Amino acid sequence: MKKVFCLVLTLCMVLTLAACGGKTGGDTEPAGGGNSAPADGGSDVQQPADAGGELISVGIINNDPNESGYRTANDAAMRAMFTEENGYKATFYNNNDAAQQIATAQQMIQDEVDFLLLSPASTTGWDTVLQDAQAAGTQIILFDRMLEADESMYVAAVVSDMPAEGQTAVDWLADQGLSEYNIIHIQGHMGSDAQLGRTGALDAKVAAEANWNYVTQQTADWDEATARTITQSVIDSGKPFNVVYAENNGMARGAEAALDAAGITHGKDGDVIIMGFDSDTWAMQSVLDGKWNYMGLCNPLQAETVDSIIKDLVAGKAPAQKIIYTPEQGFDAATITPEDVATYGT
Amino acid sequence: MMTPVKNPEIKVKQPGESFFKRLVRQQLFIPFAALALLVIFNLIADPSFFAVTIKENSLGNPVLSGNIISVLDNASELVILAIGMTLVTASSGGQDISVGATMAIAGSVILRMVCGGQVTADTLQMPLFLAVLVGIVVTALFGAFNGTLVAYFKIQPMVATLIMFTAGRSIAAWINNNQLPIMNDISFKYAGTFLPGIPVPTPIFITAFVILLFWLVLKFTTLGLYTQSVGINANSSRLNGLDPQKIKLLTYVILGVCVAVAGFIRVSRSGSINYSRIAENIEMDAILAVALGGNALSGGKFNIYGSILGAYVIQFLTTTLYKYEVPSTALPAYKAVVVILLVVLSAPVVRSKMANLRFRAKAGSTAKEAK
Repeated sequence: MKKVFCLVLTLCMVLTLAACGGKTGGDTEPAGGGNSAPADGGSDVQQPADAGGELISVGIINNDPNESGYRTANDAAMRAMFTEENGYKATFYNNNDAAQQIATAQQMIQDEVDFLLLSPASTTGWDTVLQDAQAAGTQIILFDRMLEADESMYVAAVVSDMPAEGQTAVDWLADQGLSEYNIIHIQGHMGSDAQLGRTGALDAKVAAEANWNYVTQQTADWDEATARTITQSVIDSGKPFNVVYAENNGMARGAEAALDAAGITHGKDGDVIIMGFDSDTWAMQSVLDGKWNYMGLCNPLQAETVDSIIKDLVAGKAPAQKIIYTPEQGFDAATITPEDVATYGT
Repeated sequence: MMTPVKNPEIKVKQPGESFFKRLVRQQLFIPFAALALLVIFNLIADPSFFAVTIKENSLGNPVLSGNIISVLDNASELVILAIGMTLVTASSGGQDISVGATMAIAGSVILRMVCGGQVTADTLQMPLFLAVLVGIVVTALFGAFNGTLVAYFKIQPMVATLIMFTAGRSIAAWINNNQLPIMNDISFKYAGTFLPGIPVPTPIFITAFVILLFWLVLKFTTLGLYTQSVGINANSSRLNGLDPQKIKLLTYVILGVCVAVAGFIRVSRSGSINYSRIAENIEMDAILAVALGGNALSGGKFNIYGSILGAYVIQFLTTTLYKYEVPSTALPAYKAVVVILLVVLSAPVVRSKMANLRFRAKAGSTAKEAK
């Protein structure tokens, strides 16, 4: 009896605690603190003005908001946009594990959401979800990240052009005219769209040019501390290097810490070029201060574009373009202005 | 009071025992042997691994740099966690798997305090020691929560701490309103990097201080004795006038304090935090350190220095693998191979076999008597 009681108590505690912090874990939660009344709920439901009285149900599958500053901004923008006030009944799910994302996507399709918004953690493995969605009449819109599938399987994609981001960065690096490029390449989560795009361009260049070499090529899984360890181990080994190409800002910051500890100068007038990606204000500030040389902007704010596409689709208008790339550019320590930081920093 | 069943490591000196057998029986044999192997491997493969040079860091201070310094520096958090984990293991016969998540909480609390609730702050908004103190109190409370479940509700430690393991990182994110705060004040980073004018990384000093503190506590208080006796047999400890529940609770609170110190070092290294990545999987390394130190994971007798050594072995291994550019995705696999070897070798069954094997070969007929 005592054991049963204990078990019940524990279960209660587990459930309560899990419900408290559903942001990273694995729970789905309705927007608006669980108060989302059913769409056909009658007169007490606050009717949105612009959706014909009917809430549009959307399932939103994103990555873990705590993964990086970029993701925090991205997730916050989605949550701010898809609210009842804006005519949506939204269910959010955050996980960095593609298998969990897929399972939840299938659940959402079974729950007959009108739109499924996806930011896939990996580019592959989504075939069954896409087919199920098509069979159930759920329309899929990709945001932020692409996946490998035929264009007919989704209605629209509002994404960052990762290969272009990588190419812009590599072209910028080539323009620096170093006699030799000895690169510490710190990769993101392997298999993600961002990693593939940003690695692809650099890999191609290193293979093509004789004076471009990798000192090391490691994944830090978007983690700052791992990036620091990787850089530190290169410094300890005494191998010469003059470029740190980190696939996001957090990892670039980790590498910077290792360089600082060893007294290696970096940035505009330094010995080592530091390159990062994404949109964090502090990172753009580092470029502005000349501590970093380059940051490739990856725009996390797709929520408005996705919103207008959905509103158009509901009104019977197909999107003009299937794949919409968010406007992006690279920022160079020599040319960046404080206005850029204010405009693009998140 | 000592039941040999739970306590395979009692060293009984038998007449005629060979030196080798006694050596193998020593609890610290395995971690020392592993460390020696790693050192020998690195000496043969590339002696420059052990080179330590003095460089000038970006602030103009002379600092020591080299793989050995990196090992000692980066192992700090793990060593401190392993100490607390050893006590928890000894008293409750189980492990706390929430240390990584509660480290995130400690880091989050400390950053929120020193940033004064802002996202980025350039100066400390609060005296550092006060912020760390708050961090210590918070994680001690979470430790007490875990300890209460284990000691008073008699829930298996791994299940009890699974709660904080699941929820901890979300709580950490919630403490800072899901923002990633950044502390730019250089004095905040002293604890994780270097103090001005001192060439040795500060975490090494903090770790040395913690080790010293526990050495003193174990030497001059009854904590170690009580923890062991509760772990070996809680009932007979109670009959001897101890309060097993209080002692179990105490060990979890102590681990909570260790977690806060480790979390402080970790956020102090960079002045920022990433809730889902900070100290990811460190709980497994901490448990591994305890096991590598030759401590029985089922509780009872413990050797805290074994765990400390185990933690350094793990970091030495990681640094070695990085040095030879093992892809970091493959790192866990390589680590696993080494770990399997070490754990199997350190299993009491294998070790007594090993000792006997050698003994028999040497002293033929006397082996029967020894049995």
